[in-house]
Amino acid sequence: MSMLDIKGLNVWFGRARDRVDAVKSATFTVAQGESFGLVGESGSGKSTILRAITGLAPTWSGKIHVEDQPIPARRPKSFYKTVQMVFQDPYASLHPRHSVDQVLGETLHLHGFKDIDNRVVKLLDDVGLGQKFRFRYPHQLSGGQRQRVAIARALAPEPKLLLLDEPTSALDVSVQAEILNLLADLRQMHDLTYVMVSHDLSVVGHMCDRLAVMKDGEIVEIMDVSALQRMEATHPYAQHLLQASV
Amino acid sequence: MADQTLKEWLLTDTPTSRRHAKLSALYTGWLTFRSNTMAMIGLGILVLLIVIAAAAPILSPHDPFVQDLGNRLAPLGTEGHIFGTDSLGRDILSRLIYGARITLYIVALVALIAPVAGLLVGTVSGYAGGWVDVVLMRITDIFLAFPRLVLALAFVAALGAGIENAVLAISLTAWPPYARIARAETLTIRSSDYIAAIRLQGAGALRIITKHIWPLCISSLIVRVTLDMAGIILAAAGLGFLGLGAQPPSPEWGAMISEGRRFILDHWWVATMPGLAIFTVSLAFNLLGDGLRDVLDPKAGE
Repeated sequence: MSMLDIKGLNVWFGRARDRVDAVKSATFTVAQGESFGLVGESGSGKSTILRAITGLAPTWSGKIHVEDQPIPARRPKSFYKTVQMVFQDPYASLHPRHSVDQVLGETLHLHGFKDIDNRVVKLLDDVGLGQKFRFRYPHQLSGGQRQRVAIARALAPEPKLLLLDEPTSALDVSVQAEILNLLADLRQMHDLTYVMVSHDLSVVGHMCDRLAVMKDGEIVEIMDVSALQRMEATHPYAQHLLQASV
Repeated sequence: MADQTLKEWLLTDTPTSRRHAKLSALYTGWLTFRSNTMAMIGLGILVLLIVIAAAAPILSPHDPFVQDLGNRLAPLGTEGHIFGTDSLGRDILSRLIYGARITLYIVALVALIAPVAGLLVGTVSGYAGGWVDVVLMRITDIFLAFPRLVLALAFVAALGAGIENAVLAISLTAWPPYARIARAETLTIRSSDYIAAIRLQGAGALRIITKHIWPLCISSLIVRVTLDMAGIILAAAGLGFLGLGAQPPSPEWGAMISEGRRFILDHWWVATMPGLAIFTVSLAFNLLGDGLRDVLDPKAGE
């Protein structure tokens, strides 16, 4: 069964003369339990694909199937129980006036959970933050701790598909490794499917099974991570990207 | 826990409960505010004003409405009338003390009406966008295009003179700047990741506006309101001065200046004392606003 199936996805911003085509006929499939990487330089449209899947980029055409179900233009609430997203910048993705407890509590409340207190405790343990962080505000947390809270929030509705938008690029190197290991552990623990956007090939090589290389809004090549490690890209741009990352 | 002082408990980085976290945030804010001497002076003056207004019958040496034509226009320092008497022989100090009640009443009413209306219009307009935004903002523009006092004059003229109508008129002319601020803030907030994140949890527009956007707009509005209070007091005094606000014999400060105007060359204190009162309270609000800005800025904690 495929978790995510995207066919001929176009995303654009603006109208008429100002129209910018951010993604052009992207097509790929992510199997259940797989970890799929999207790589490419800045502005190549990789994050836009994630935003189109979640409905944050409203102007798109093509077909998106999640768990073999077509996704309507207006996402139903059940959609957000299946698909969740972790944002790039943990400094911008937490409400500056809401404590960790409020962030997680509200998320759980919105998804209709009853035993909110127990679940907040469990979520914090899952992402490696102890109880002492529960009532802190974002400004009392470090970047890595914030990203852990953001991951906990994404895990709260118990999703099956997690979209990761460069989850470590705003963190310093030692913290990056911690977060990547946490994500790898969580995937195993909760049997999650990942779609991970990154411009860092070593991160994708570490985290993903397959990856797509994007350039100027188009997917130029989809390959296995083993091919990446052997540096066997067929498309000249993908080959160039591999060369540059060594 | 037991050997922890209250101060340590309040300043901890590891709050243990929801209330603890709230109290701790409040206390940190208070510490920031307290370190601003000028803001503390402003707060002090306003607390004094509230105490004076509350205890007016005890504090005032005379009845503010009792006339004594034999002792009219008594100068400063006259026995029994420290601030002198006005043209009808009423004790100016007592009138100032009772006038504090009217000033506070005006300030409280305007502060309840104008920013709330502005916040509502501005956040809805900013978050909804599209034609809602266009319609609401053009209405705001129309109100902004009128000179404030002139529009207030027109309202009072239509509704009849009186303190309530003056307040209503001032509120109706005071909300557009708040709507503009709230809209501008909303526009920057709505595109942020934390709003995207809560949308991904399936939150509706009402929840996002009231629980996520309002808390971030309110602080800048509070600062703006305190800074505007001086203007509001002056507008109320101006309406009183023009005879369209509080009606005699009400001891409203603006109306008192208006009465004293006739004798300003020979008996300057009749107009000066209420003028000084307006000046002091306006200044206090300005100082308070400056201090609050330091405390309430949401980015200050980072």
